[in-house]
Amino acid sequence: MKEILFAKKGEKIVVLGNEAVCRGALEADVDFVSTYPGTPASEIGNVFFALKDEIKKIKPSFHFEFSSNEKVAIEAGAGAALCGLKSLVAMKNFGLNVASDFLHTLMYTGIEGAMVIFVADDPSCWSSAQSEQNTRFYFLSAKIPALEPSDVQEFKEFTKFAFLFSEKYKIPVMVRSTTRASHQGGILTCDEINLKEKKGFFKKDPNRFSTMAPRVLQMKKQLLEKIRAIKKEAENSNLNKVFKGKAKNLGIITSGISFSLVQEALSRLKMDLPILKLGFVYPLPEKKILKFLAQVKRVLIVEELEPYLEREIAIISQKAKLKVEIFGKGEEIEGGRIWSSERKAILPQIGELKPEYVEFAIAKILNKKTSFDYLKHLREFEKVKIVPRPPILCPGCPYWNVVNALKKVVNVNEVIFGGEIGCYMLFSHKAINLQDYLYCMGSSIGVAHGISKSSSQKVICFTGDSSFFHASIPALINTVFNESNPLIIILENQTTAMTGHQPHPGTKGIKILDIVKACGIKNIKEINQTQNQKEFEETIKEFLEKNEPAVIIAKGECALLKKKKQ
Amino acid sequence: MKPKTFNIIINGVGGQGQLTLLRILAFSALKENLNVKWSELHGLSQRGGSVEVHLRFGKKIFSPLVCQADADFILSLEFQEAQKALYYADSKTQFLINEIIIPIPGEAIPEKEEILKSLEKFTKKIEILPASKICQEKFQKEVLAGVFLLGYALNKKFLPLKKESLFEGIKKVIPEKYQKENFEAFEAGFFSNLNEF
Repeated sequence: MKEILFAKKGEKIVVLGNEAVCRGALEADVDFVSTYPGTPASEIGNVFFALKDEIKKIKPSFHFEFSSNEKVAIEAGAGAALCGLKSLVAMKNFGLNVASDFLHTLMYTGIEGAMVIFVADDPSCWSSAQSEQNTRFYFLSAKIPALEPSDVQEFKEFTKFAFLFSEKYKIPVMVRSTTRASHQGGILTCDEINLKEKKGFFKKDPNRFSTMAPRVLQMKKQLLEKIRAIKKEAENSNLNKVFKGKAKNLGIITSGISFSLVQEALSRLKMDLPILKLGFVYPLPEKKILKFLAQVKRVLIVEELEPYLEREIAIISQKAKLKVEIFGKGEEIEGGRIWSSERKAILPQIGELKPEYVEFAIAKILNKKTSFDYLKHLREFEKVKIVPRPPILCPGCPYWNVVNALKKVVNVNEVIFGGEIGCYMLFSHKAINLQDYLYCMGSSIGVAHGISKSSSQKVICFTGDSSFFHASIPALINTVFNESNPLIIILENQTTAMTGHQPHPGTKGIKILDIVKACGIKNIKEINQTQNQKEFEETIKEFLEKNEPAVIIAKGECALLKKKKQ
Repeated sequence: MKPKTFNIIINGVGGQGQLTLLRILAFSALKENLNVKWSELHGLSQRGGSVEVHLRFGKKIFSPLVCQADADFILSLEFQEAQKALYYADSKTQFLINEIIIPIPGEAIPEKEEILKSLEKFTKKIEILPASKICQEKFQKEVLAGVFLLGYALNKKFLPLKKESLFEGIKKVIPEKYQKENFEAFEAGFFSNLNEF
């Protein structure tokens, strides 16, 4: 990992997309990095956490932090950028929901130094429980310039460019990725890193950074003007590339990882079609798109998840009254099917794309044979009896003691179990079956409160230590403030386990017990469930009878972390 | 003759070392001045569930994902998981399978013959080795099975790479204190013969 910092100019290293973002930020002389871990964006934090001491030797003013949540991370990064520094903030898609409140306002004020926000979506939900969220619709609502790199080299170059661009327009810039882009490995050719010591300074200018009506409406106007100027620049940017192609019977517009799938599909079909590869995905280069559309009668938009580019391009085409046939996700009734021998859609809205899906789509439009009979092969594959192997708690995980205790002393058919994001969401495994609902970070207690106020059913809800600090505290206070009676089990495994054992406020000594007490919870006990199984069981029984909120802090260290420390 | 692009799938259960093997192979390919792309999965998918990773090397690589039915070599670190990789298998595909069954909680343990039968519908090129068992006996460390199988695959010419390159890969990827046992496991695999087992 050290080579991400130490590789010389011209040196080739093999890295993941996310690691290339880190190199790009270092080549841009980043000053401040903040993040909350979330897969598929976790490596940004992991790399800077591992390298921060080395970076500080060269540049003592450098700061890295795992913030308590994504909203705090983006606020911290903005604070640094308001002081004229260059900040990088990283999060997964759902993190942007948490941070979006701040982001929408930040776009109005802009920043002073430079600020790059890295966000990774997760098509196919490889590491996401809650939804297959498409972050791209935030571009439109927040009006944030956004770039989508395709391969590891572009991850570095686009990140560097994003810093320059952000500095030029004094506006935050987003680099948006997906699982297969972020977790693709490849060869990266490095450029020079030249880290310079830099102390920030906040220059007072309330006119710029303090939002209040009616000034805020002027700020909106300024933002729109910036976007208009950026759009002009996007028209000429070499981040949007046109590949002319020999045939003209179909054009393809794509971006991000999908571009590599298009190239693969075309090489398999032995075809050379015109491609418009968009690096700038907001604002879109309207003129460039129109020029491309005018050359082809038909265009296939290759993108993952819901049709973002397709909608925008359809609007652009309609406004210009172009007669172009646009293929992509199609109507809802046709689209949204996953790849199966029964499928009808050109490209699915559910799940990630694969090169063969793209080949299939191109061949279907052109009424051509695919390079291989995928459907025949698929029908054979579908005959194989495959038993899924969903993830489950690790052997030796202290959460097993929680599961066993609950199954022993609680009527699991009557009690409602509230899940939360973290390893304990694996309580949904059918061999455990202790999860009746699961939404997002910090939601288990809030929902438990609502259920307990609305029914006579008892709710036991879980939260982890990292998710407790992240967003659970307001909901906990609400159970006291508005008088409900869930039993809240805080699973304190002393790390952020699921995303790769990052530290959190508790690992630096901030005590959950003290916070819970300060929130006004009267029934509270801290127990190591692995050492004091009996006490743990008795407390569950006792607290379940209470007619007010109760909290058990189950303190058992993560088994993987324990092994790591040995 | 080397094919233009060489496509590898490594699959198994989370925690069997797929990511380490990927990186060893990626460095080896880089050493041979080949272009290389791979695709891996992190987080939730690593917690004892099925994990499937892709690696492609050659002159020019576009997608980091291997296409359906286009794997040249599939390394399955668990017997049942081999079936899941059939999506990538065709008659040209060489399978190398670790003869270990890790039970799926709440599911019956399948017959090995039945699994083998379903694999043979796709390819006849299948070799099965009790690598976990061998590594447990020889090194008291089951997780070395992956490196052991890499050694075996190389000697059998399932991998179009040079031994020196894989050595470099292991040196680069494995932390120093574990290098010795990894080299030993790799060599043990390299000099193994299917008839021994």
